[in-house]
Amino acid sequence: MKYKTQKIAIAYFAVALALFTVQVTLGLILGWIYVSPNFLSEILPFNIGRMLHTNSLVVWLLLGFFGAAYYLVPEESEREIHSTKLAYLQLIILVVGTAGVVVTYLFNLFDGNFLLGNEGREFIEQPRWVKAGIVVAALIFLYNISLTVLAGKKTAITNILLLGLWLLSLLFLFAFYNPANLALDKQYWWFIVHLWVEATWELVMASILAFLMLKLTGVDREVIEKWLYVIVATALFSGILGTGHHYYWIGTPGYWQWIGSIFSTLEIVPFFGMMAFAFVMVWKGRRDHPNKAAMLWALGCATLAFFGAGVWGFLHTLHGVNYYTHGTQITAAHGHLAFFGAYVSLNLAIISYAMPILRGRDPYNQVLNMASFWLMSGGMVFMTFTLTFAGTVQTHLQRVNGQAYMDVQDQLWIFYAMRFGSGVAVVLGALLFIYAMAFPRREVIEPGPAVAAE
Amino acid sequence: MTAPTPTRPQDQPSVLDSLPGELMMWVLILSELAVFGAGLAAFLAVRITDPAGFAEAQTHLHRTGAGINTVVLVTSGWLAALAVQAAEAGRKVRLRGLLALASALGVVFLVLKGSEYADLARAGIGFETHAFFTFSYLLTGFHAAHVIAGILLLGLVGALATPRAVETGAAFWHMVDLVWVLLFPVVYLL
Repeated sequence: MKYKTQKIAIAYFAVALALFTVQVTLGLILGWIYVSPNFLSEILPFNIGRMLHTNSLVVWLLLGFFGAAYYLVPEESEREIHSTKLAYLQLIILVVGTAGVVVTYLFNLFDGNFLLGNEGREFIEQPRWVKAGIVVAALIFLYNISLTVLAGKKTAITNILLLGLWLLSLLFLFAFYNPANLALDKQYWWFIVHLWVEATWELVMASILAFLMLKLTGVDREVIEKWLYVIVATALFSGILGTGHHYYWIGTPGYWQWIGSIFSTLEIVPFFGMMAFAFVMVWKGRRDHPNKAAMLWALGCATLAFFGAGVWGFLHTLHGVNYYTHGTQITAAHGHLAFFGAYVSLNLAIISYAMPILRGRDPYNQVLNMASFWLMSGGMVFMTFTLTFAGTVQTHLQRVNGQAYMDVQDQLWIFYAMRFGSGVAVVLGALLFIYAMAFPRREVIEPGPAVAAE
Repeated sequence: MTAPTPTRPQDQPSVLDSLPGELMMWVLILSELAVFGAGLAAFLAVRITDPAGFAEAQTHLHRTGAGINTVVLVTSGWLAALAVQAAEAGRKVRLRGLLALASALGVVFLVLKGSEYADLARAGIGFETHAFFTFSYLLTGFHAAHVIAGILLLGLVGALATPRAVETGAAFWHMVDLVWVLLFPVVYLL
């Protein structure tokens, strides 16, 4: 660790991983509800659980991005973070806000209150005071990071990271705009989450991956920057109008079907680019970095993001296909592998890289960390397959044959049971990862004697 | 324990370096061609389902105007190519004059295109009138937006007046040109 303010990242990563535990635990509960639908139906209605599962995911990923920024910006800019106090203040605001949201929903408090009550819009239903807090926290963060970058060395990695973080913060402002017209409501609603995960977050992802490749492979910065710019250009080109694939059936004009189909098909390009980038850099690399776990997560991230976001996204993005598959388990399959591949793995990669350095114990617990990679990724890939099969059967029975929704759900039980099993593997993997990060053992594995092949 | 890793050449000049203008412009051009190509392919595919309806709808377009526009844009592209030569010869006044002429022809294109849109609007024809118009509005509308962007870009590279900038601007302008040459037969003539 070259700069002492990089330590801020530890707090962010710790809170992020705590929320990660909450998120996957809720996922397990929801998975069981699919198997046994009356489970907890009085205490934790499915929609509340689902919201907590999704929102805790988004919040912990963002916390991870903030932590990553606090870790890599000092190193790139070659100076300390502008203000440590502000960084911790930002984290406190976000934690209080998150806790406020959870309490408000679970106990259904302050319904209808302008400031304290939930807003009732799926996933951006946070009470207004929380939304205002999020904006304040984002402003503090942007102020803190921007001043650091402006005062120091500017690199392509920090430029792209800042661009992504600024744009994603600005897009959140649409959470305050709630048109009475339901079609317009949904149109702006997608400005937030789509333009996050399929545009601005991709910038964050590309820059963090670029930072990891720079450190892990030792390839020249110039080569990495060229790739970075190409990936970012294709991400923005395809992702912005790719929003159209959410506008097929919400009451927007029909031309969105063609805009959405064509542009969102191209969204596979930046994900392919990131995968090609990661592997080409590793092949070109001259450095044999000891942190194999971080390398494994980085390559896993690029690969699973390509399949989860790229291939599984393309599966149902054409409007002629989506007409049948919309809102079936196909969507769930895509959602799980895309978020896991692109953003969960990315966060776990930067955490795997940074934590040992931050705690002065690098490298450690490589084997446990790598085992957690295979356990989590294996579980998630299996889950994706079970949900894809469930979705295919569901599409046929429900959308083609016209059977009733609940009758079809009964017939999907076997897939849901298998999905629950894969969910257990993911949760165990997550716990193993956290254990490997939190309870370090210095671990040196001596290579056995080299024996020539016969 | 790090084994000595063999060094591999990573500093050889790549083929990408020999492209004229900015690499990012070529990324953009390829992306644009992919989008317009996909749009034209979709247009032709949907046309199979209703050839008569497509043929009838096409009669509402300004074919002659579009024909003139083809000549206008190709000429404009030629002027932009001359501007690149002028830039390489270091003749700033000449290159700026040529780019101004190229941009002026771009404006002529937009005026002719605008008169077609105005006539269609007067006849009450919109995006939803027929599948043909959904595509013709989308494709030519996107293209017209690129003509506007191209005019702005030619202005910018004219101000910079370096050979690399002019090459980059001209590359974009040729792409706009090329896309029109593909759109014109498919949308207006077929």
